[in-house]
Amino acid sequence: MVKITFVQPDGSQQVVDATPGMTVMEAAKLAVVPGIEAECGGACACATCHVYVDSEWRDKTGEPSQMEEDMLDFAFDVREESRLSCQIKVTEDLDGLVVKVPEKQF
Amino acid sequence: MMQAGALSRQMVGSEEVQQDATNQGRPEMEPIETDCVIIGAGPVGLFAVFELGLVDIKAHVVDILDKPGGQCAELYPDKPIYDIPGLPVVTGQELTERLMEQIKPFGATFHLGERVDGLQRLADGRFLLTTDAGTTFLTKVVVIAAGGGSFTPKRPPLEGIEAYEGKSVFYAVRRMHDFAGTDLLIVGGGDSALDWTLNLQPLASSLTLLHRRDEFRAAPHSVERMRALVAEGAMQLKIGQVTTLHGADGWLDAVTIRTKEGEERLACNRLLPFFGLTMKLGPIADWGLNLEENLIPVDTEKFETSEKGIFAIGDINTYPGKLKLILSGFHEAALMAQQAHKYVYPDRKLLFQYTTSSSSLQKKLGVR
Repeated sequence: MVKITFVQPDGSQQVVDATPGMTVMEAAKLAVVPGIEAECGGACACATCHVYVDSEWRDKTGEPSQMEEDMLDFAFDVREESRLSCQIKVTEDLDGLVVKVPEKQF
Repeated sequence: MMQAGALSRQMVGSEEVQQDATNQGRPEMEPIETDCVIIGAGPVGLFAVFELGLVDIKAHVVDILDKPGGQCAELYPDKPIYDIPGLPVVTGQELTERLMEQIKPFGATFHLGERVDGLQRLADGRFLLTTDAGTTFLTKVVVIAAGGGSFTPKRPPLEGIEAYEGKSVFYAVRRMHDFAGTDLLIVGGGDSALDWTLNLQPLASSLTLLHRRDEFRAAPHSVERMRALVAEGAMQLKIGQVTTLHGADGWLDAVTIRTKEGEERLACNRLLPFFGLTMKLGPIADWGLNLEENLIPVDTEKFETSEKGIFAIGDINTYPGKLKLILSGFHEAALMAQQAHKYVYPDRKLLFQYTTSSSSLQKKLGVR
């Protein structure tokens, strides 16, 4: 089991269990993490599962694809660390991952 | 992703092809009398045309998007769907095209780029429907196949933006001339943002295009033309995002933008944000139907709502065990049509038949 911590804008934290193969978005939805809406259900078509991933994790999460970059155009307050959580596949390497939930989804 | 600014109004149909221009500004236009109006041209709305057609009910289909397909066309045209029976893999676009082909014999009339705003029951039991384009229908049954609701432009979650909407912030361009002589800020990187940049640049007294990165999803030739205008000094391009709106009483006079270099204030009195579309239940909430968390409860025999003659099928309905699957919506359409037949043809008995063997069904399908 892989543990992922979601940090809300107010600083509160929620540690969620994830299984390799699922996406970070799916793990968040299963645990009902507030602020991860995933309106399109994980098709990389809505940008409502936007999160910030600290740059130190970039090696392990990989870089966003062109499609994800395009979809990030539809997110609010996009930063260097912005990712769509439906596009991050959970692997054993991601145990301990910390992602920040943005203040607002569109 | 299609964006709101690209929405156009048009009407396509097998019998009459009417340009929407004839509708606009003419709410007094004669209502269209019909047996059935389907709200939503997603896969389930389209298949409802088929099932209704088999029982001799002709339908008018209304959709806010400018093309049929609903979420299949808007959210995942190129993405694979694996759970349509008989089609091991099909894209949203392909499924839409196949459904359009399948329902062709039934001659439904499509009213695209229109949203049904009003629904009321008349004394004679029929329903009066009105769209935002002024089209009105008098119909015996209504089928709500509206999925997650109607697609509406995304509103950037900027503080106080509501107060500016309709005065200095717009999500679509209705009349280009409204932007003449303005200091215009357009935000976005898709075709809507670029097309309106190119179209409004000659009219605006100043124009800035703001996008979060120096890469655009819009057609390359539009991007080239925009860059040429920037090079000529006819407009400016900024890479960044809006963080704050400044103004009073709905009148914008500047925005703060954050760029790589930091924050800066940008003077402008009109803002056009193009961030794509999202789904909202919209006017359906005001039609007096029972709702449960923005879904319409129905029975599982007829898929009828709390109002006789109004059906709800597909993702918009709810019942014990509901699964939001396209295939569930197809099943719901078939059962709905049986009951709709009773309202449209109260004197006729419906004989259950198979398309494989029934000559009368094959005649309707145009294969005999």
